[in-house]
Amino acid sequence: MCVGVPARIIELYEYSALVDVMGAQTTVGIIFVPEVCIGDYVIVHAGQAMSVIDEEYAKESAEEWRKFSYARNNAAIDQS
Amino acid sequence: MLETMRQSTNPDICKAMLEAVHKKAEQFQINNGRLPVYMEVCGSHTMALARTGIKQALKDSVQFVSGPGCPVCVTAQESIDSMIGLAKDERTIICTFGDMMRVPGSTKTLLEEKASGKDIRVLYSPIEAISIAESNLDKEVIFLGIGFETTIPILAFLVQMAVEKQMTNFSIWMATKLVEPILRYLLEAAEVQLDGFILPGHVSIVLGESSYQYLPQEYGMSGVITGFEPAELLSGINKLLDLSLKKEAAIINDHPSIVTKQGNAVAQELMHRYFYNSNEAWRGIGNIPSSGMDLKPEYERFNAKTKYQVHTVTVKKTKCRCGEVIRGMISPEKCPLFAKACHPLHPIGPCMVSTEGSCSAYYHYMRESY
Amino acid sequence: MNKVISLAHGDGGELSHRLIRDLFVKNFGHYKEAMFDASYIQLPANNIAVTTDSFVVKPLFFPDCSIGKLAVAGTVNDLAVSGAKPLYLTCGFVIEEGFSVNDLEKIVSDMANEAKAAGISIIAGDTKVVEKGSCDGVYINTTGIGIIQRQNVIPNFKSGDAIILSGTLGDHGIAILTARGELGIHVPVASDCSSLNSMLEDAVQAAGDVRIMRDPTRGGLATTLVEIAEDFSLSLVICEKDIPVKEQVQGACDLLGFDPLYLANEGKAIIIVESEKKDAVLHALHMYPEGKDAVCIGKVVKTEQPSGQLYLETLLGTKRRINRLAGVMLPRIC
Repeated sequence: MCVGVPARIIELYEYSALVDVMGAQTTVGIIFVPEVCIGDYVIVHAGQAMSVIDEEYAKESAEEWRKFSYARNNAAIDQS
Repeated sequence: MLETMRQSTNPDICKAMLEAVHKKAEQFQINNGRLPVYMEVCGSHTMALARTGIKQALKDSVQFVSGPGCPVCVTAQESIDSMIGLAKDERTIICTFGDMMRVPGSTKTLLEEKASGKDIRVLYSPIEAISIAESNLDKEVIFLGIGFETTIPILAFLVQMAVEKQMTNFSIWMATKLVEPILRYLLEAAEVQLDGFILPGHVSIVLGESSYQYLPQEYGMSGVITGFEPAELLSGINKLLDLSLKKEAAIINDHPSIVTKQGNAVAQELMHRYFYNSNEAWRGIGNIPSSGMDLKPEYERFNAKTKYQVHTVTVKKTKCRCGEVIRGMISPEKCPLFAKACHPLHPIGPCMVSTEGSCSAYYHYMRESY
Repeated sequence: MNKVISLAHGDGGELSHRLIRDLFVKNFGHYKEAMFDASYIQLPANNIAVTTDSFVVKPLFFPDCSIGKLAVAGTVNDLAVSGAKPLYLTCGFVIEEGFSVNDLEKIVSDMANEAKAAGISIIAGDTKVVEKGSCDGVYINTTGIGIIQRQNVIPNFKSGDAIILSGTLGDHGIAILTARGELGIHVPVASDCSSLNSMLEDAVQAAGDVRIMRDPTRGGLATTLVEIAEDFSLSLVICEKDIPVKEQVQGACDLLGFDPLYLANEGKAIIIVESEKKDAVLHALHMYPEGKDAVCIGKVVKTEQPSGQLYLETLLGTKRRINRLAGVMLPRIC
């Protein structure tokens, strides 16, 4: 159970891909994510891409978190 | 996408979510007369909760219990000793994940064996073991297969490569563990009162959200799948509190960008093609049936346990209480050895030396002053 | 000249003489000094600073740097952070039989260039050649001599003193790892190896005096600050959100499971200074390319602590204790 790292696919080969993590590059296996495309973000664990990150869900999650800070700011404004 | 990912460490967002957790936890305390208790199953969650400061920030609001999610920590000492014993065979090259190197054996650690000249290699990617075996045909390459369901499919892939290449000098020592059997054990043993689980973020990639339904259905227990960044963790804790306050038992996938309902089909197929559910010995617990995976009989030729004589040593008795730590029965600082005889430079048990270990997390991230 | 170094180059005979004359003296320019067994120097001060260091870095050449440049910059920096003006350097070489002469010339030339950039002279040296396998290519040992014109490092710490870091962490550590090629990652970052004496001189002048300066080399920022805390009985706190790390270094750390706080730096300095002088110091550092990312990362919280401690303030505002690294950083995996 190790923390995976989000990495962007920059080159695709048959069973592996070149990925980029904020500029650091390495090669990972892609047998678990056969549907992956260049430009996708994947989660990497032990040298293998295990999942393709769904950008829509990622954006929804971020929006959900932002609601907390809107609520807190609004509450602060109400109180002032 | 990067901008989206950065939100997970945005201090304003995180502080706002922290406040929301405090409020909900306060309500729980009013309703129930005690703090809510959640177990983080995964070792990486233990580390993340400690390193981000979330555990400390919530120490008066939520009680976190560390669970059995560190693969090296939950492996029984006899298995650890057997794996280290493999290094004695001069013909072998032992390949392993970094975590196994400093785990205390009843005699030596792998790091000590390496220092005395044995060929032991730390690999980030297990696949490298195949090329090592191909380049060293006069040697026997053994990969120490430790991990939960995130790692098991990768070990299965190793077997697939070994089969395709018809390798004769490669094997795996399987010491893997499964999440469901240990959660069932913990709930049935009822040694710790729990209000819910923070479910492992990456094991869930393989297993899928739907694989946890037994928790609410059979045990009335909630679980939220979360990621590892501060906002992700706080979001998951918020959702657990929502369920607790509504007295509802459910599974919530709070990591939908990465975890799907059914999990990763390729990984699951690979696992079940080469492995079957085997009985495994767990530290501090003993044998749990069908709680790990081992090679199917038709792949025996890659099974290090049948290929090599297991050197059993008398397990050294110590006052180490890792077995209780991994079941959430005691917090690391309650072990009499913690930060005294047992510390990262001189670990007595695996929990202090593993990168996923609870004692290690506590020592590095949660001590105020010792 | 021959293509590779042989044991004969170390035996004091004709080959040794030619090596010293045509490679070392030619690059270091110390023709006069080489006539005697020791160098004669006069120091324009009574208070002198002396430091020694050995360099065994592997690989010998890595992005934008070599063991030669490192040997000079590393020694100069030890003197500079001690508040001394570096003047002279000695260097002893242990060379493995079979080492390429071209590579040796490159290393020596790097040393000469860095010495010139730092404004110091290399005034004494020694070479030995050992059997193949007895050392890893080249080892260099140095001694640095500097003068203290005015006592400007005065460790009378006060609560509220600012902790300043002169730039991004981990560049050198990751550059070395990439150059070693063992971990299968490629990171576009160069070592930050650089002589900081001019920059630090200006920074100290801007402040008048500083409490302490150190360069966070082996063990990184965390280890260096823990040592300062322990040596001077302080409670220090640094803020996670203020610590500068290049993106690609953070990406490499995420991939490998390393913590930038513990990675080596060879062109950075920590300066602890009275809080009112913080802006003046930062301004002085920002005038130099090596200091363009200089930032205040924390402060002294308490003095006279029975046991010194370093804390990190997390994004959430909680504090956790930071220790020295326990054991080797192995690539994290389970």
